[in-house]
Amino acid sequence: MEKLRKAQLLQGNQACAIAALEAGVRFFGGYPITPSTEIAEHMAAELPKLGGKFIQMEDEIGGMGAVLGAALTGTKAMTATSGPGFSLKQENIGFAAMTEIPCVIVNVQRMGPSTGGPTAPAQGDVMQARWGTHGDHPIIAVSPASVLEAYELTVKAINFSEKLRTPVIILLDETIGHMREKVELPAIETLELYERKRPSTPAEKYLPYETDETGIPEMADFGTGYRWHVTGLNHDETGFPTGKTDVIEKQLMRLLTKVEKYQEEITLYKTYKIEDAEYLFITFGGTVRPAMEAVEILRKEGMKIGLFQLQTIWPFPEEIVQEYCKDKKTIFVPEMNMGQIRGEIKKVVDNKEKLVGINKINGEIITPQEIVSKVKEVANKC
Amino acid sequence: MLKDIEKLLRQDKMPHIWCPGCGNGIVMKAMLEAINSTGIDTKKTVVVSGIGCSSRATGYMNFDTLHTTHGRALAFATGVKLAKPELNVFVVTGDGDGSAIGGNHLIHAARRNIDINVVMFNNNIYGMTGGQYSPLTPHGKFATTAPYGNFDRAFNICDLVKGAGATFIGRGTVFHTKVLTEMIKGAIENKGFSFVEAVSICPISYGRRNKMGTAPQMMEWLKENSVPVKAASKLPPEKVAGKILVGELYKEEAPEFTQKYDELIARFQKGAE
Repeated sequence: MEKLRKAQLLQGNQACAIAALEAGVRFFGGYPITPSTEIAEHMAAELPKLGGKFIQMEDEIGGMGAVLGAALTGTKAMTATSGPGFSLKQENIGFAAMTEIPCVIVNVQRMGPSTGGPTAPAQGDVMQARWGTHGDHPIIAVSPASVLEAYELTVKAINFSEKLRTPVIILLDETIGHMREKVELPAIETLELYERKRPSTPAEKYLPYETDETGIPEMADFGTGYRWHVTGLNHDETGFPTGKTDVIEKQLMRLLTKVEKYQEEITLYKTYKIEDAEYLFITFGGTVRPAMEAVEILRKEGMKIGLFQLQTIWPFPEEIVQEYCKDKKTIFVPEMNMGQIRGEIKKVVDNKEKLVGINKINGEIITPQEIVSKVKEVANKC
Repeated sequence: MLKDIEKLLRQDKMPHIWCPGCGNGIVMKAMLEAINSTGIDTKKTVVVSGIGCSSRATGYMNFDTLHTTHGRALAFATGVKLAKPELNVFVVTGDGDGSAIGGNHLIHAARRNIDINVVMFNNNIYGMTGGQYSPLTPHGKFATTAPYGNFDRAFNICDLVKGAGATFIGRGTVFHTKVLTEMIKGAIENKGFSFVEAVSICPISYGRRNKMGTAPQMMEWLKENSVPVKAASKLPPEKVAGKILVGELYKEEAPEFTQKYDELIARFQKGAE
């Protein structure tokens, strides 16, 4: 049996911060923003006790910059923000992707666009998580649906970023970030943790962007004599700028394919009452909860409906989603945006006609009743 | 002496990308001389830069080097220094990179008195993008985006960082290289936020447009228009007005940020024993 800790009452943001510390994060650079601030507050209180460092920077951009500087010294580093701050961090997230600096960015989504609704739930940053920074680049994003998952997926996110040397985004939503639940966290000793690979070659032979079959270069900590150069410019395997188009293409293609290469390992999902399902919900984050309740209500009324929960959103698990969509009469996609995930499913589903969005962007969560009535409305028409 | 400095250069990366007559190489040499003469551990030295002509210096200097995003060098450097306070951290920035887009990080790093040495290469212009006015372009001067003369007033950048809390401030020029090197040495020796303004020349994108002549003529101009700080204090104000004051401008003792943080950690560790 899985080893669990004593039950405790935790908030999603707290669970995320606890997980980060237990997974070895020892640097947090951030800026206060609702609804993510509890993560910074927890880090400010706990990091110095563990010999780690917290800094409240002068702005969101600085928070992201400080995280990347710290990460280059060999420290696991993280930041947390929400929509407006997530927008500001994008350039430096691109820098992290380009220079392959491991880091984790928590975006506790709130209503947008712009200042929107600071304490109102939304899931409108799905596409920004994928394409917020300019240029083709790899990204990983996970989205928890409960306080326990906030803990579990934070540990995973830190591992993914260290292993793949890439920024990983945790798309919490306000609902999960601020919700308090009774949770039994896994025992610390059961956590599987991963750290970036350090160079196996001496400094004189070190090529910072040379890779073996793993596709992931070894990373020297600053201050250990490797004297390497990090730049957001196009660079070759030495790390220095290059204008050679063939070299640039090779480096960029490796950058893009390194995440694809590990897609099976990083694709996390859950299914619920799916075995005999003729109808399907596909959803993620806070919307999983009302959709699950809707499954219960609809099943009581005799409808064979199940639920597919995306935990890993990016890279989008196209093949698995395609597989689960096959043979379903209708696929309902509830989300607190106007169809950002539905758009991804549309790309892979065999018949686009059977895809139905259940969307709400007024700053309230979607209720089980709203989901149920939309499902009935569509099913009765069929 | 030159041999020691060559070791601190990535000679295989030469020739550099800077224009003929550019002052950046002189500032970089002053930095390397200062680093060499203070005997700091070069394996434990990190140089961070932003974007622009001056920021390309990191590619030529043989340390762990970090060429970041535009204006953000100090934010990255803050992360490096706080995560590993035993590292010697330098920031190379320009007048555009450091005082415009990166101005917020500059004043806040100064306010924290974090032990980072900033060398601002001030050539009064955005050189890499071809000559647009910066916050350090003097009022009335010409730039591609100030074709009728610059309406803006320039910062006195050293006064700005003083107001923000820097604990060592010095100024040198690419003509006054000994002073410049001494100022960077002073920055290294100061345990706190240090700022050195290195007044440089950009004959191509600034000098030409403002009819300042060739690079040697611009150097002459620097020589004639600079006054050592100590001499300035004995001169009547009208002789100092409009001149570039070179030398140590300010120094004070104040608690350093990463040291305070380490004391906090030590307090917890002591409590745990």
